[in-house]
Amino acid sequence: MDAVRRVFLKRSIALLAASGLISRRPPAADAAEGLDVPSWMKSPGSGFNDYGAPAKYESKVTRTFGRSQPGTTGSGAIRTPLEALEGTITPSGLHFERSHSGVPDIDPAKHRLLIHGMVKRPLVFTIDTLLRYPMVSRVHFIECAGNSQLLYQPTPPNLTAGQTHGLVSCSEWTGVPLRLLLEEAGADHTAPWILAEGADAAAMSRSVPMAKAMDDAILALFQNGERLRPENGYPVRLFLPGWEGNMSVKWLRRIKVVPAPIMTKDETSRYTDLQGDGKSLMFTYPMQVKSLITRPSHGITLPGPGVYQISGIAWSGEGTIRRVEITTDGGQSWDKAALDAPVLPRALTRFRLPWRWDGGAVVLKSRAVDDKGNVQPEREKFTAEHGNNAIFHCNAIQAWSVAPSGEVKHVYA
Amino acid sequence: MSTRDLACAAAALVIAGCAAGARMSDGARMTPNLGRPATQAEIATWDISVGPDGVGLPPGGGTAVKGAAVYEQKCQACHGAKGAGQPNDRLVGGQGTLASKTPVRTIGSYWPYATTVFDYVRRAMPYIQPQSLSNDEVYALTAYLLHLNGIIGEQDEINAQTLPKIAMPNRDNFIVVYPRRAP
Repeated sequence: MDAVRRVFLKRSIALLAASGLISRRPPAADAAEGLDVPSWMKSPGSGFNDYGAPAKYESKVTRTFGRSQPGTTGSGAIRTPLEALEGTITPSGLHFERSHSGVPDIDPAKHRLLIHGMVKRPLVFTIDTLLRYPMVSRVHFIECAGNSQLLYQPTPPNLTAGQTHGLVSCSEWTGVPLRLLLEEAGADHTAPWILAEGADAAAMSRSVPMAKAMDDAILALFQNGERLRPENGYPVRLFLPGWEGNMSVKWLRRIKVVPAPIMTKDETSRYTDLQGDGKSLMFTYPMQVKSLITRPSHGITLPGPGVYQISGIAWSGEGTIRRVEITTDGGQSWDKAALDAPVLPRALTRFRLPWRWDGGAVVLKSRAVDDKGNVQPEREKFTAEHGNNAIFHCNAIQAWSVAPSGEVKHVYA
Repeated sequence: MSTRDLACAAAALVIAGCAAGARMSDGARMTPNLGRPATQAEIATWDISVGPDGVGLPPGGGTAVKGAAVYEQKCQACHGAKGAGQPNDRLVGGQGTLASKTPVRTIGSYWPYATTVFDYVRRAMPYIQPQSLSNDEVYALTAYLLHLNGIIGEQDEINAQTLPKIAMPNRDNFIVVYPRRAP
């Protein structure tokens, strides 16, 4: 495991250099080269292409830290390289993936969505018919319940921001409010739950409270303006803003209106939170308020003392980010970071703070507060409350140490 | 213009309005009704979910003795002999470890409902060939896994009547937090 992590780390640092988010060259090197007219100004550039791709110089910016169950290739997760990105929208090709039995190759012409159970009219929808329904567009993050789980461990992981926290991404999702289809089917409004089931080889399924289904649940067909990527649920997925990602069932094929939770594998044996006393919390749906400094972060080396901009992301599944505070002295004082507009509910929010590094050893942390008054907890307090055995719903504060050498590392502080 | 003429003009306007299409004020509730009715036979083919009350369990049944043979053929390569785990998830043992520093979460130590074993195995296992087992095979495997965990006897029949009645050891150690209780 350590060897594997070292490889990932090395690759991730190379990636940062490629993405230009950290300078590896002192300014003097540029001066020596002067300002020639570059070759690409002396002949026409290349022609159009049918579907664009990132610049070839950015080819090392990839998803990171992919893990699959032994003997499988698509039963696990791969993460967004948060430290290599800016702003709040995750490029669709870098959106994290979490699948339980690989990515199915679904022919949209053959895909069907069945709505049945406690309804007056069980209905079957094709994708073509869903595309004719009224739609809404919403910018929302989605976060795997297991994101940041390494912070439960007693020692800090030797991994980058993306490798540790990259099971969160943010997109503009467009689709049909689930409420409309439940109303057409004549769903029994007194039924308290629905079951959502995917068309993957695990037929992954979760029970969802009817209140959420009728509130802001979307049958998403588009992600960042184009049809969903296969790994994010093509041709249609359930999307439940702010709630643990597993519930936003991908490749949605069936909704059954039911009188009680089905108690599927993924809401009982998985996605329940084992506490230190041996009891487990169940149905812990919203992802809690969280923030993370993405730059500087583990694996980056600052080239020397001077002025830097601290940049990071904050989000809350329970509402809108109200403020983010940053400490550059290990928690003695906290400064309010600027939040880039628009600050949207249940969406990634970019925060920034100018910082003059004097070259000494420091510890950086960020702390987010949402509009419901939820405050991101210190790791020590969080693990004292929940123990070290849980896997899911870790929203503890992340600390990065900066050494006099400029090296940035994950620390518990 | 007489009252009657006014009434006719108003009616004509209403008809004209309808003919021109639905009005903006109806927008929120206006949906195209494009779903086709699903038949009961179609629903039966697709509805593979089984709740803790046993609703959804099919006819058939099996015992641990029968399940052992299915397990060795279809499951052991990934889950080890007698559910001991390796290379994939351990399925047996771990009772009494959940509050320790090294909790072992298995069907026997952790899963709150026995019906979940049937539901999950039928929909998702074996990993490389899901939905290939007969209902009798799934019942027998469920019986075998419950027996290995010391929950039922080797000859106990698991079927639609007996499975929902199984009391799982960790059942009472789950605290439901939705909807959030008042503080």
